[in-house]
Amino acid sequence: MRYLIARRVSQLTILALYIAANIWGVKILEGNLSSSLLLGTIPLSDPFAVLQMFTAGALISVDILVGALIIVTLYGVIGGRMFCSWVCPINMISDAANWLRRKLGISQVQKRIYMSRKIRFWVLGVSLLLSFIMGLTAFELVSPISILHRGLIFGMGFGISAVAIIFFFDLLIHENGWCGYVCPLGGFYALIGKFSFIRVKYDQDKCTECLKCKNVCPEKEVLYMVTKSSGTVVGGACTNCARCIEVCEDDALNFGLRKYINDKGISNET
Amino acid sequence: MAKVAMSDRRRFILGMARAVGLAGMGALVWSSVLEESVASSLILRPPGALNEEDFLKTCIKCGLCVSACPYDTLMLAAPGDKKPMGTPFFMPRDIPCYMCEDIPCVPVCPTGALDEKSVTTESELDINIARMGVAVVDSHSCIAFWGIQCDACHRACPLIDEAIVLEYSKNERTGKHAFLKPVVVPDVCTGCGMCEHACVTEKAAIKVLPREVAMGEVGNHYVKGWDEKDQQRVRDAVSKTTKTDLSEKDVLDTLNDDSGLFE
Repeated sequence: MRYLIARRVSQLTILALYIAANIWGVKILEGNLSSSLLLGTIPLSDPFAVLQMFTAGALISVDILVGALIIVTLYGVIGGRMFCSWVCPINMISDAANWLRRKLGISQVQKRIYMSRKIRFWVLGVSLLLSFIMGLTAFELVSPISILHRGLIFGMGFGISAVAIIFFFDLLIHENGWCGYVCPLGGFYALIGKFSFIRVKYDQDKCTECLKCKNVCPEKEVLYMVTKSSGTVVGGACTNCARCIEVCEDDALNFGLRKYINDKGISNET
Repeated sequence: MAKVAMSDRRRFILGMARAVGLAGMGALVWSSVLEESVASSLILRPPGALNEEDFLKTCIKCGLCVSACPYDTLMLAAPGDKKPMGTPFFMPRDIPCYMCEDIPCVPVCPTGALDEKSVTTESELDINIARMGVAVVDSHSCIAFWGIQCDACHRACPLIDEAIVLEYSKNERTGKHAFLKPVVVPDVCTGCGMCEHACVTEKAAIKVLPREVAMGEVGNHYVKGWDEKDQQRVRDAVSKTTKTDLSEKDVLDTLNDDSGLFE
């Protein structure tokens, strides 16, 4: 539970700081997830949004370039795809849908619909292509993440319908459908976070092969080594949500730092 | 029909073709949504905004301008506002731009979608050169044009007697009163909308429209002969003569030449 609580605290604190900045002028974190100002000085920008702006043909200002680089470094070197499970407000929506899905047992009555994990990379590619052709930031103009996040800070309008679409898609059509398959921002951070240091580590010696971790994981493929061999979860799709760590009763999964070179001087990855 | 085993290569090519087709289909749907979402041309942007096309590319939709606005004038378009989603705009009939001298909304823009240079004169911010839109008077529903004395918009205008001037003329209907008609000077009007906010009619008889929508363009073939500077264009003009087969002969000869017509 402690990681779940930590994630909710992280998600809600970030949201609360943005709201406080807009409504009461508490200038700790201003703006929104697209671009913000930390402590009134440090720019932070969504690198995927900046990439779309660049492909759309906009002049990229120094501020957002620096802001995007800070974010890329933060996730790329340290956190991996942490944005998705520790920051993104949609996470709470899809978690709610998945929780209800489990409670109602929808997966048991529904025929499994096949969706490829790669859809998100196609969506990512198409959003850049459309940005280029139409001279617009294609995903930013329709992004349900931004709609929800902006809505909470600046006023929702009918934005709640976009959120409802994701909720019901995840609830009725495909488990974890938006975050795990479609969202191009998740795909983007999966690519960027591939080489980050904070990683989940698996210890086969302690594992009793209950497979609870694979059951709970929203990106099951990254846990391919479970029951097979000890190792580090190196898949970029892992969001470091720590659900697997929490369900493991054998202490076989834990956060750790990735070692790029092991003691023998050989690369850790295969 | 018997199921024929498919080679790996064929399977791969077919799979890719299917993915490309699906992506293309998605892209078409997506592009039509985008096309619709930016179709709204009647939108008023914060001061210093780039032209709409560049603005849509450059605005990152962070809302820092909205937060910076002390009057809650600026809003970010939410779904249902029928405006490009997430971009800042204002509706002067509700809350106009009060033209802060330090223009807090512009320098905070991280992307330059609100261009500080466009509202700077001699390295100082100058809201008076902002061009958010232009006020337009509907003389049909403006009661000042009826002959009723009302100069609400003129009084509300922060550039009184510059951006809105009162034009005096005789009221022939009564024979003894004057019309005090508000007339907007587009070269000076910033489009702040304080006039629209102040207008006393049920639906504002003066309203701010985007400049591209409200204003015409003469083109460069009309010259103000009474304007020394404009007239200079005529003096500086160079004529360009094109040479073709026809121009070898005299013009009249060419026109009168009927050879080949009656054959």
